[in-house]
Amino acid sequence: MTYGELGASRTRRTVTGMARLLKALRLDGMLLSGLAVISLFGMFVLYSAAGDNTALWFNQLARIGIGFVLMIVLAQVPDHFLRMLSPAGYVLGLVLLVVVAIAGDIGKGAQRWLDLGVIRFQPSEILKLAVPMMCAWYLNQRPLPPSARDILVVMLVIALPVGLIAEQPDLGTALLVAAAGVIVLVLAGLSWRFVVGGAVVLGAAVPVIWHFMHDYQRQRVRTLLDPESDALGAGYHIIQSQIAIGSGGVFGKGWMNGSQAQLEFLPERSTDFIFAVIGEELGLLGLVALLVAYLFVVGRGIYMSLQCRDAFARLLAGSIALTFFVYACVNAGMVMGLLPVVGVPLPLVSYGGTSFVTLMAGFGILMSLHSSRKLVG
Amino acid sequence: MRRVRIKDDALEQRIYFQRSLIAVGMVAVIALVLAGRAFWLQVAQHQHYLELSQGNRARIEPLPPNRGVIYDRAGRVIAENTPAYQLEILREQAGDLEDTLSRLVRFGLLEASDVKRVRQLVLARRSFEAVPFLLQLDDEEVARYAVHRHELPGVLLVTRMARHYPYGTVGAHAFGYVGTISEVDMKRLDRARYFGTGVIGKTGVERAYEDDLFGTGGYREVLVNAEGRPVKFAEGSGQPLRTIEPRAGKDLRMTIDIELQRVAEEAFAGRRGGAVAIDPSSGDVLVFASLPSFDPNGFARGISRSDYLALTENPDQPLFNRVLRGTYPPGSTIKPLMALAGLEYEVIRPEDQAYCGGAYSLPGSRHRFRDFKREGHGAMEMKSAVTQSCDVYFYRLANTLGIQRIHDSMARMGFGQPTGIDVAGERGGIMPSPAWKKTAFSSAEQQVWFPGETVIVGIGQGYWTATLLQLAKATALLSMRGHHFRPRLVRALIDPETRQVEERAPVALPSVELRQAQNWEIIVEAMVAVTTGGTATRAARGAAYSIAGKTGTAQVFSIGQTEKYNEKDVAERLRDHALFVAFAPADNPKLAVAVLVENGGFGASAAAPIARAIFDAYLVKPAP
Repeated sequence: MTYGELGASRTRRTVTGMARLLKALRLDGMLLSGLAVISLFGMFVLYSAAGDNTALWFNQLARIGIGFVLMIVLAQVPDHFLRMLSPAGYVLGLVLLVVVAIAGDIGKGAQRWLDLGVIRFQPSEILKLAVPMMCAWYLNQRPLPPSARDILVVMLVIALPVGLIAEQPDLGTALLVAAAGVIVLVLAGLSWRFVVGGAVVLGAAVPVIWHFMHDYQRQRVRTLLDPESDALGAGYHIIQSQIAIGSGGVFGKGWMNGSQAQLEFLPERSTDFIFAVIGEELGLLGLVALLVAYLFVVGRGIYMSLQCRDAFARLLAGSIALTFFVYACVNAGMVMGLLPVVGVPLPLVSYGGTSFVTLMAGFGILMSLHSSRKLVG
Repeated sequence: MRRVRIKDDALEQRIYFQRSLIAVGMVAVIALVLAGRAFWLQVAQHQHYLELSQGNRARIEPLPPNRGVIYDRAGRVIAENTPAYQLEILREQAGDLEDTLSRLVRFGLLEASDVKRVRQLVLARRSFEAVPFLLQLDDEEVARYAVHRHELPGVLLVTRMARHYPYGTVGAHAFGYVGTISEVDMKRLDRARYFGTGVIGKTGVERAYEDDLFGTGGYREVLVNAEGRPVKFAEGSGQPLRTIEPRAGKDLRMTIDIELQRVAEEAFAGRRGGAVAIDPSSGDVLVFASLPSFDPNGFARGISRSDYLALTENPDQPLFNRVLRGTYPPGSTIKPLMALAGLEYEVIRPEDQAYCGGAYSLPGSRHRFRDFKREGHGAMEMKSAVTQSCDVYFYRLANTLGIQRIHDSMARMGFGQPTGIDVAGERGGIMPSPAWKKTAFSSAEQQVWFPGETVIVGIGQGYWTATLLQLAKATALLSMRGHHFRPRLVRALIDPETRQVEERAPVALPSVELRQAQNWEIIVEAMVAVTTGGTATRAARGAAYSIAGKTGTAQVFSIGQTEKYNEKDVAERLRDHALFVAFAPADNPKLAVAVLVENGGFGASAAAPIARAIFDAYLVKPAP
């Protein structure tokens, strides 16, 4: 036996040991590594974006810990429990939304927060998972592709919380919640006629939507179309983030060296606009690397969803994976000036506990759904 | 009939598979769009955004140049840059601004009436910008600040360079002063060059040589954050920050002798007037006194409104430059030049006698032009007419010459036009002639030249007005027998770095040639006689050198409409101006002087002693 063979076998032993542990914990190794890589990358960037504020960095580290623990815990929950809990979670979410509307704290000019004394959280976060769960739960009981009546019911299930969230007003979250539900519907086999028809109706409804929009929301749309029109006001975010990204070039200005970010030209640089910090300091290479990591997670999620044992699991798993990508591209599109500025964080990278924890909970559920199939065989 | 559908898991799996494939395809497309956008921003538009980010981070901070130092002819400092203390408020360190302001009032560092203005000033700027509110503290204020410093957080004592004139009021009208750049100044200057500079030469040499004195401003790029606050940040990439050093202005060496200037000003003993002393061999102006004077340091510090009003509303007009802009009837001081004109045009010979009976009348007229000596001087030839300043002799001579020939002759001596001295704002006075009268008056009957007007021009009255500079220059010309130079206040520029001295050659003007050169000697001889047996004998008594001079007394005809007099003042201000022109030594002229004492009365007693003091100080060197 040579030294080389000895080393190789030891490595193999370690790998198989690791695999056994993951299996015991009902975790998917590939997805877990993808999430871990993005989280580490996020902490790396946040260290630069946070500047002197190291407390912020440690806060985020703690939340990542909480997020991963929650993911592991949720991965242990059998899928039939999740299915059973879906209607209850949905109703609870709705009730909390109503409570917030009546008694919620005013935070950032919008009623989003619920103060439970110990923790403050946004009930709308629950709906990010509760809505697709509810949709999948309902459709699981119906023959697919869904009938017109089923579609109507699901639309109602989606519209109720979305309306309440949009009224807070939190357009970004409302859109994400709606997207999570609609994705379930589309994956379930929603007729393309409805998809096209829906798009047409939505297009026709633009003036109506515009009419019901809040002033700040209208301003964001106007700003997207012509950022220079309000260069020091609403357009400032978009202009400065594009300057940051554009000036980064292919290789970036270097970690901790982005003048836009470090000199505070870039607003919200550790939260919603952290994508611009990556673009400035790590360049095109950094952005593409992050994009590839996201694609890997989404791809793995879709792959896992294909192996799920029933419609509930498939639809929910697919929705969780695709919604994750919607987050990423809405944030990236907004920071790069392709979409209006809506408050959507960059998934797993932006500073902000609620968003991170919700995402990890989703992936925990995804892992649970995936591993449950094996129990049946 | 309604068809009942049942779940078909195989079908549902197939649908899901199809749908997820489409979703993956869309994800790929969107990912490509995002990557394409990043490529567009970071590769295609990279240069554009790089420049924008560069512009974002750097702010230009001016580095004003050091203003050139002004020396007198002996190298004594007349204007320099000295550190001045000013108080500034830094709001973000001050805590409660109101509290700070009220403390400043209590400690006597701020007037209660100024609180409102300072508050506005401070609030108009960003919290991390220091706002100066008290410029140029005196020693007592600095001491008071030092005592209370611990009670005044956010109030900073800052030094800066400020113009300082060590001689104060002495010679202020010659070198002028610097003051805050006004909107009028903004129009005539290069804004980029004056970026970050608060003051500019306003009058005198400070203004005329502004271009040389100022130098060239520099700047420094400072890294700032989005709020504009300067920050320290290690540069990884991007263009380095630039610093362009300022270049100091040139030093000036003036022609003024500041000690001689002081002697002249002290000789006035508080009276109003002016004195000019010129070196006839170069045109150097050694004395340029306009009294009363003012303290230029006030302007350099930033003069308060009340102080400025005190200067402008003072009836003695301390800001009025009497040497450059005061135009006075030259009076009898021009009698030697009148005599010279008579000789040149050969209408009179030195020995020709004329009888003075105390008055002169034009042929066919009953109007009597009176001599200042009522009983008359009796028989006068040229020399005695000059020494005793006989008016009748010159009335007659003027009438004989006629106004045109007087004008032509006096124009050659420089009257009626600026001397061309190297500071701005000079007036040319009036050398009257029929042609001048046509342009000066609008109605036809006023434009007619009357013979009587010629007569009084003969004794330097009437329309004739001249500046002290013109009188001094004409005297210098006479002393040099026709050679003359453009008067100047600056003789050399000095490079601040190499200390190389760039001497400026005197500017010789075309000489005045006489048909008979000995006519110079006749006139000079008469002027010497003025101080040895004529009107100025007493003032010249005991001088170690000979003086050629001429006294004068100019009538004050009218009171300016804008001037305000109180009852007591009127009598004094209606008195004649006393004048004296002279050069010395008569045989080897070193200095030509013109002195005027406003409402001083008789020239010999009021003005001549001042000229004597100047000559003594300049020509008789004190024992070492």
